[in-house]
Formats: sequence, structure tokens, C-alpha cells
Amino acid sequence: MSFYPICEELSRAPLDERFDAVTGEDVRRALGKSSCSPEDFLTLMSPAAKPFLEEMARQASEITLRQFGRTIQMFTPLYLSNYCTNHCVYCGFNCKNQINRSQLSLEQVEVEGKAIAATGMKQLLILTGDARAKASPEYLEDCVKVLRRHFPSVSIEIYAMDQDEYDRLVKVGVDGMTMFQETYDEELYATLHPRGPKRDFRNRLDAPERGCRAGMRVVNIGALLGLGDWRRDAFITAMHASYLMRKYPETDIAVSLPRMRPHVGEYQPATIVSDSDMVQFLMALRIFMPRLGVTISTREAPEFRENIMPLGVTRMSAGVSTAVGGYSDEAETSGQFDIADERSVDEVCSMIKAHGFQPVFKDWEPIIPVEGAA
Amino acid sequence: MSEDSLEIGGLKLASRLFTGTGKYADDAVIPAVCEASGSEVITVALRRVDLESTTGNVMDCIPKHMRLLPNTSGARNADEAVRIARLAKAMGCGDWIKIEVISDNRYLLPDGYETAKATEILAKEGFTVLPYVNADLYIARSLVDAGAAAVMPLGAPIGTNRGLKTKEMVRILIEEIDLPIVVDAGIGRPSEACEAMEMGADAVLVNTAIATASDPVMMARAFGRAVKAGREAYLSGPGARRTQASASSPLTGFLAEG
Ligand code: SF4
Repeated sequence: MSFYPICEELSRAPLDERFDAVTGEDVRRALGKSSCSPEDFLTLMSPAAKPFLEEMARQASEITLRQFGRTIQMFTPLYLSNYCTNHCVYCGFNCKNQINRSQLSLEQVEVEGKAIAATGMKQLLILTGDARAKASPEYLEDCVKVLRRHFPSVSIEIYAMDQDEYDRLVKVGVDGMTMFQETYDEELYATLHPRGPKRDFRNRLDAPERGCRAGMRVVNIGALLGLGDWRRDAFITAMHASYLMRKYPETDIAVSLPRMRPHVGEYQPATIVSDSDMVQFLMALRIFMPRLGVTISTREAPEFRENIMPLGVTRMSAGVSTAVGGYSDEAETSGQFDIADERSVDEVCSMIKAHGFQPVFKDWEPIIPVEGAA
Repeated sequence: MSEDSLEIGGLKLASRLFTGTGKYADDAVIPAVCEASGSEVITVALRRVDLESTTGNVMDCIPKHMRLLPNTSGARNADEAVRIARLAKAMGCGDWIKIEVISDNRYLLPDGYETAKATEILAKEGFTVLPYVNADLYIARSLVDAGAAAVMPLGAPIGTNRGLKTKEMVRILIEEIDLPIVVDAGIGRPSEACEAMEMGADAVLVNTAIATASDPVMMARAFGRAVKAGREAYLSGPGARRTQASASSPLTGFLAEG
């Protein structure tokens, strides 16, 4: 099985009409239930639910408090390489863009890793562009071995891999992965990815499932909101998360809600996803899946991050550089996108504490023996 | 009242309320929570313990007199639970261990079979093992055989605050199992903790309800008192409950005549 046939069916379904048909009474009923079905989720995502945002916020924050307490997981990304063979029209690393390309050597990985660890960060997300010839699975394995000496948790946000490649990364200590589908609209996907390996819609769609099978502890998915119709993409994202959660109960399933940001390329998003739309999606997700991890990145502005924190967020990045080599002052490359929250780890932590939450740096004790690990 | 202590793993405990360290907005409140609750046992997720942390460590907030009950939260099978338990011991967390094996992240329900396997291995290694399980008689019996020091049945799924939903099953465990029964998870109100104690549970563990209260210290105190009240009620042998009022002129009254 795969999520693909479900995705196909949902793409053909008249979702827009269903969103428009929802009434205020339907929303009231959905909010009165003790558990939320996919149909109820659709109801909460509809335009008719907008007047109920305050009631949704109350429910979402209560559920989050009971399930996760007043805690926020902290992580930081590390860009290992920005070589890319893809032509994603919305990305600054697109291979046609004239930017400085580089890839960290293992020695540089060690230096960057140490610089990040010195900020107190324990959960690291490593990223690369999509260039297997450069950032090969073997290179990634080596990087993970180096980084695991400094971080109890290392996860990946890289190109879609085969099953045995994920298996191997889990063996060297990778415990989570992020794989954005970008858009679940297959036709639009084809136009956004004109060339390169990422063009293979289904290979990417099935990658999170391969990660679950490989034994990743956390599998994080998401759509880049704004590429296509945000409501449809948000709905199918939730169905994808719910599918994975039911099929792989051992895996922590998480969703990110990235919105389009300015970058080196010229691409303009198809739709503007407003703050209120983002908040609606976040809260509907929480009510639909009480145990779902929800990540908010530094693409979002400081003030917005602060305000949405109690409404269902469980993970936040901080102290981010999206440039290769961006942590040890050697960076001469452009970042993948411009971040909106440039505060340091300390500053973000103070903000989290000021809002009555505890930043959690370590949430996993590695039980896989690692050579030379601290 | 004469001494009424709870004995687990050779240790006598005056307080029958166990507390936790998860979900607090700030770990700095933990000492005050411990004091207000009177609790002597505190559970901590080893996955969160970071002895090298530069940003503070939950262990620094646990008062020295508390008995540490590290838990294996994050373990998905017996093997992982055993490895976490050994790590906890190696890190100096003592030899008490709460086994939590959860392989369903949707509902966070414990896996009884894997829990029993881990219990057996660790009990043989000399750990004082407190397994967290469903309120199920067969699982509880297998834990007795495996060498557990207590059984910790859930009152309701973690993080639901729904109270003592498994009441009837917990009652059976209290009657049938010859080990301390510590009701763990689901208790959301002091009245529910009191109810568990009143029906004869040996202790309760409360984390979410205290940690997520607006005033955790006051809530901890309320739980401490509720647990004591429930225990006293249990010890005092409450009168039998009747479903109907006793008839003032009994129907068999005539038999007593003569
Ligand atoms: S989105 Fe990823 S694959 Fe596409 S161009 Fe950017 S780095 Fe390459």
C-alpha cells in the first residue's frame, strides 16, 4: 500500500465545493465532539469556521497542554551542502541560480557541529540539496557519525532515498526525517519541478513511509503553503499524516507548516496564506490529531511565532542559518531562503520562557551505541 | 493513627503520592511541588535527562531526599526499555526503574507483553521494577511472576485527565494482586486520586494534572491532601453502601418475635 491512491482520489474529489458547503452549524457540531473525524477536520478547515477561531484556539491549546505540557522542543538546522540538480522554480538552491555552491568536508562538519553544540542545542537537523553525486548516502553516513558525537538526536531533510538507504542511516543513528511534498497537486507539482530527480512525484510521496519502515522515530511531512491552493494542500497533508499515524503507530508523526518566503529566485507564490489561515490550519490539525508533532520554523516572524506557540506548536527551530558553513563564520554562500526570525538560541529561549513555556533541548537518549559519542 | 507506610523494594514510604517532572513550564518549580505534595518518589524520563547540559538540567531541580524513579519513556520494545534502564543506572540514577513500553504513539497505551519481558530481565539484574501497564489481571499476574516490585495500572490514557476510567479493573487488581498497586496516568483531579485511594490503591502517580495546573504548587498540595484523605477513608473501613433506604419496619420483623 501507499498513500498515492488516496492522494489521487482526494485530488479528484470536489474538495473546494465541500469546503464551501460547510455551515456554521456544522462547525459548531464538529467542535462539540469528543473526537474529530476527517470530515470534521474538513469542516474546521472551511471558510465557515473562521468566526469560530477563538473557540478552536481554546480547544487546541487545552489539548496541547494535556498532551505535551508547557514544553517546546528545540532544534536547529545545519546545511551540509547546497549543490542541487533540481529545477524547483520556487527555491534559491535551484541549479540554474547563480549562487556559490559548497559542501562541508568532514572536518568542517565537526567545526560547525561544535559551534552549534556550544549554543546548547542537542537536536540537529541536517540538510542538503538534491545532488546524490555530491552529498552521497555514504557522505551523509559519515557526517552523521561525526555529528552524533555532539548531538543525541540527528535528523535529516534531504532528497528522497531508497528503503535500504534509510535503513543504513537509522543504523548509524539518524532518528528523524523531514520530507516536504511541496504540493499534493500532481499536475502543479510537474510544472513546479520541470527537471531533475525530484520530478518523480510518487517517489517523494512514498518516502516518509519508507522512513517509518526504516524505524525513524520522528517523520515530519508538510506542504509548502502558497505553491498551490493552500486549503486543499493543507487538507491532504493532514490526511497523509493521519494515514502514516494509523499505519505506523510506533513512529511519531509531525507536520510542518512552512509558508513561502522571499529567496534568490523570482518565483511568486500562487496564493497568499494569511496569518489567520495558518492559525486555522494549525488549530484544526491539533483538534484532529491530539498527538501530532507540529513544527514552526524561523520562516515565520518572531511575533507570529510567539503568538501561535500555545495553540498547538510542539517544535521550534532557533539560531538558524540556512547557508552552508553558516555557523562558524566561514559562510560565503547564500541561504536557501530568507529567515524571518534571526534571534539567537538564547533570545528564542527567553521568549519561550517569558510565555510560560519550557524550551526542551534533549528529548531522546540514544540507545544505539555510537563510536566516540559523548 | 499508627504507622501506615507503603513498602516498595525494601523502602518504606510515608507518602503515597508519586509525582513527575514532565510538562512543567519551568523545572525550577519542582522543589516547591515536591514539598507541597509531601511526595517522596519522583519519576523522570531518562530521555530528557542531560547531564552535560549548559542550559540547566532537570536533575538539579529534584530535592536530594526524593527517591528517583527514572522511566523508560520512548522505549518501543522490551530491548529498548532494558537498555534505557541500564543507562539510567550507569548514569547514577539508582536501581529503581519505571518500565514504560509504548509502541502506539496515537494513544500512548502501554504494551503489556513487552513490559513483562523487560520486567523479568531487569528484576533478575537487581532492579526494583515498577511497570506501567493497562489495568489487566493477566498482565498483572505475569508481572508478579516476572519479579515486579509494584504494578502501575493506568486510570485513563496519558494526557487525557479523564480520571479513573478503569476503576472496575483496578479494583480487581487491588483484590487479586499481592503487590502494591500504584494508579498511574489519567488522574486529572484530586478527587479522583482520593477515590483511587479510598478503594484501596496503595499509591497514585500524578504528573500532568499538577504540571499543567495554573498553580502547580497549590495543586500539588491539594493532591497530597486528597491522597491522605482517601487512604484514611480506606483504612477506616467505610460503612457498606446501600442502594435502597433500610425499611423502617422490616419485612421479616415478625421472625424475631417470641
Ligand atoms: S527545493 Fe530542494 S531540490 Fe529543489 S532546488 Fe531547492 S534544494 Fe534543490
